[in-house]
Amino acid sequence: MIWETVIGLETHVELSTKTKIFCACTTEFGGAPNTHCCPVCMGMPGALPVLNEKVVEYAVKAGLALGCDITRSSKFDRKNYFYPDLPKAYQISQLYLPIARNGAVSISLEGGGCKTIRIHELHMEEDAGKLVHDPWLDQTRCDYNRCGVPLIEIVTEPDFRSGEEVIAYLEKLRSVLQYLGVSDCKMQEGSLRCDVNLSVRPVGSAELGTRTEMKNLNSFKAIARSIEYEAKRQIELLEEGGRVVQETRRWDENKDATFAMRSKENAQDYRYFPEPDLLPLEIGEDDLERLRREQPELAEARMARYQADWGLPVYDTQMLTSQKALAEFFESVVALGAPPKQAANWIMGEVLRRLSADGLEAGDMALTPGTLARLIELVQTGTLNRNTAVRVFDAVFSDDGDVDAYVKAHGLEQVADAGLVGGAVERVLAANAKSVQDFRAGKEKAFGFLVGQVMRELKGQASPQVVHQTLREKLEQL
Amino acid sequence: MELLEYTALELGGLIQKGEVTPTQAARAALDRVAAEQDRNNAFIICLDEEQVLAQANHVEKRLAAGERLSPLAGVPMALKDNICTKGVPTTCASRILGDFTPPYDATAAERLKAAGGVLLGKLNMDEFAMGSTSETSYYGPTRNPWDLDRVPGGSSGGSAAAVAAGECWYAVGSDTGGSIRQPASYCGVTGLKPTYGAVSRYGLVAYASSLDQMGPLARSAADCAAVLELMAGKDRRDGTSLDAGWDGLTAGLNGDLRGLRVGLPADCFGDGLDGEVRSAVLSAAEVLKDRGAVVETFSFPMMKYVVPAYYIIAAAEASSNLSRFDGVKYGWRAEGYEGLTDLYEATRTQGFGAEVKRRILLGTFVLSAGYYDAYYKKALQVKALIKGAYDRAFEYYDLLLTPVAPTTAPRLGDSLGDPLRMYLSDIYTVPLNLAGLPGLSMPCGFDRKGLPIGAQLIGPALGEAKVLGAAHAFQLDTDYHRQSPTGKEASVQ
Amino acid sequence: MKITEEMVDYISALARLKLPQAEKTRMTGELEQLLAYMDVLNGLNTEGVEPMSHVFPLKNVMRPDEVEPSGDRAELLANSPVTDEAAFLVPRTVE
Repeated sequence: MIWETVIGLETHVELSTKTKIFCACTTEFGGAPNTHCCPVCMGMPGALPVLNEKVVEYAVKAGLALGCDITRSSKFDRKNYFYPDLPKAYQISQLYLPIARNGAVSISLEGGGCKTIRIHELHMEEDAGKLVHDPWLDQTRCDYNRCGVPLIEIVTEPDFRSGEEVIAYLEKLRSVLQYLGVSDCKMQEGSLRCDVNLSVRPVGSAELGTRTEMKNLNSFKAIARSIEYEAKRQIELLEEGGRVVQETRRWDENKDATFAMRSKENAQDYRYFPEPDLLPLEIGEDDLERLRREQPELAEARMARYQADWGLPVYDTQMLTSQKALAEFFESVVALGAPPKQAANWIMGEVLRRLSADGLEAGDMALTPGTLARLIELVQTGTLNRNTAVRVFDAVFSDDGDVDAYVKAHGLEQVADAGLVGGAVERVLAANAKSVQDFRAGKEKAFGFLVGQVMRELKGQASPQVVHQTLREKLEQL
Repeated sequence: MELLEYTALELGGLIQKGEVTPTQAARAALDRVAAEQDRNNAFIICLDEEQVLAQANHVEKRLAAGERLSPLAGVPMALKDNICTKGVPTTCASRILGDFTPPYDATAAERLKAAGGVLLGKLNMDEFAMGSTSETSYYGPTRNPWDLDRVPGGSSGGSAAAVAAGECWYAVGSDTGGSIRQPASYCGVTGLKPTYGAVSRYGLVAYASSLDQMGPLARSAADCAAVLELMAGKDRRDGTSLDAGWDGLTAGLNGDLRGLRVGLPADCFGDGLDGEVRSAVLSAAEVLKDRGAVVETFSFPMMKYVVPAYYIIAAAEASSNLSRFDGVKYGWRAEGYEGLTDLYEATRTQGFGAEVKRRILLGTFVLSAGYYDAYYKKALQVKALIKGAYDRAFEYYDLLLTPVAPTTAPRLGDSLGDPLRMYLSDIYTVPLNLAGLPGLSMPCGFDRKGLPIGAQLIGPALGEAKVLGAAHAFQLDTDYHRQSPTGKEASVQ
Repeated sequence: MKITEEMVDYISALARLKLPQAEKTRMTGELEQLLAYMDVLNGLNTEGVEPMSHVFPLKNVMRPDEVEPSGDRAELLANSPVTDEAAFLVPRTVE
């Protein structure tokens, strides 16, 4: 039998507001345990939530960008369950009237073509705290710094058929949210997290199979692998005549497998009811119109602009706009005078290489546009050759070092001095009579060899143009 | 006249004039608390003499420095023990809160402090404000100063008893379904539940968030007006608090009721109402009439739905609000647990009393899968209908007059055995909480046993001025509110 | 409606209560009595009535996104039965 995997996604995204959703504590990442807390986010008796207006603005912006209908009259509900990361024992969320519904996101498929992923809803809620097991004490420590950090949860319809589609969607989502400036979407800090709902069915079947929900997925790699694992598990189970149990499963990164969570944690009767401490939200036409106008240029619009204005190939524009920080970096470098294609090549080549090697996101990069623009300029003017420039790039990348100072300190300027180059050429010609002969016999290959010898003589710092020119002149004079 | 016989405003006036010092007032109150506490157990926490006198001294200095403060500056008062007080334990009369000491003040407590209030301590109550007798307190029942074998009512029983016994000039209680008005009625004091949102709920330990409201208990309607003026108003920490003006409430009390239209809902005077209570309330209507009010009877058929709708909503919210008490962040933790779930279950099972657990279970049930629509959603729809019925009544009437409770104070031990009967006795008070309306309980007579009877005045939303105005006019012509159990004893002896 | 002990067990588990048998038996009867009484609401036609959670038509009450100092950790932890002075402690929950 041929099986089809059906996947729906619930993505939690931390919004990059300054303060928490219901109190004025900072949302800053890190901080010593329980130092970004107050009676409200710690759920102390008598404390009350008051909604952060920025959260609503960001949620509406995200909803608009994802093609959703904005719910004009929205409200909050309580989701009740006991767990030590939830100090009130209820999470303030939205069940009955989420802020946005019925959206659609278009993703590009690997073999070309597009696919639309429908967004079921987008709602606002508060994050929970962090639990860390202390093996020394054999106790779990509860840190509530993250409690109350604003989240939006974006729920798709079961429209994915493969892990690749899921990743493409997440990359698109990340790009959109970063461009909007509503989230930094840093997976390693937990500001973008996914729950994957997955079922399998025979190809051609219209009915959905029993699904499982996978939690604890905090990297694209984990998501892709868990989907692969879980689909295989379910198919094998069904082919052996077994039955898929609807349950929550935890992805174990180390074991590369999913495991069912204990049944007690599976008992779900959240007893949602309208949150009495928070009043309804009414989004007026004026507010909506203003937010629509304020929507920034997203990746697709920028891609089109880079193609039209600077003649960049589609591939380049995709790469450059894959992250907002990268696109902005690119535009700044161009604004400082670098030729667009040169800037694009440097960013797609060297910048992405280093980001990946250093495990950094574009937004965290120390390198400033001015530094890269200067480096490109030095190559343009012939002061540095490409290979030396890469060496300089690697040296200044992590601390945005001074390019000129580095070049000077290490004596890396290209040798363009006609006398120096001329002397080297004469020495090489004298020592390589055979190659000279070959060249004169019409073997163009010998020319390349001679260039290499001259470059070697000049320790690789000569300007290739000057070397070429001098060499040809001398050969002709012979 | 003895200091303790003055109303809060009278005492405040003497302090303003320099005829009495805050320290003298505080000493008088401390002496009375020392004498009464063992008899009526009105307080859970009595601040020690030093703490009280330090506050009085501070107010004295501020007054001497020319600060205006408020008409009640230097007047000793006390707060129900579900109102958070910075540095002073707040127990909600529950074992589960242990010796929880909030690092913050409730907004109302903060405002009273700023106005020169002198806190004597924290008042006894039903556990988590759930009850009608103040017998469910982990710290033992409060007794009614008029008859120590009887309950003071609840849940703000300690508040009413302390005012009745002259231990403080005013108290602040909370009212979710009658918890200010009913004990005020049983103890012969005046108690006001303001419009929902009039007083910030920040720092009031929540029972049912959509119904909870703080308010004053005092010796007169004028005192209630003065206290409300100090506490009420928009608070940025409580989104449901209202931005309306309460200034001038006290100054506006002029006794003029001419043309005031007062409605008597016939459905509040029928079956189940004690005859002596009925005639006392009806005679109160006569007093209002004598002052120029127009009194009419009308039909209000929603009454049989108010108690079930109230208990469904209150229990549902309570089940959620009380989930945070789990032995982790504050309060008491059970011993000998194994693992997390057992820690929760042992702490909550042993930490909550029977009535609280009953409401948590009821509330959990009405919200659980499969029952939400039939109970909780239905109750919210009924709430809308009840609100609508009041809106229509207030198109015709300025005020409504009803009993507060079907009887006078029952004996200790007579109520808890039959929860349904106890819930039904809340019938006259709970609909106001559902509709968010202001209601005031004022003494309007005594039964043959010498126990106080209360009458309830109900106003439209933000109609505090009307409610207090009518009560004040009533109190100009009557002296029920001036009677005190100590006076009664004195006259008997 | 008939309330069974199994139903009471289910809601007790949701509410993290574990009643001793005698209390459970009593509570089962009381809940049945109370819920039977609640059924009086079924006598009222509420078709088309919008459930009312907030009694007054307030809306859009929000605060600006401005940071204020957080609480003092020692003060916030002071009421907890068990801490290590930086965090609350509970029995092992993380696998």
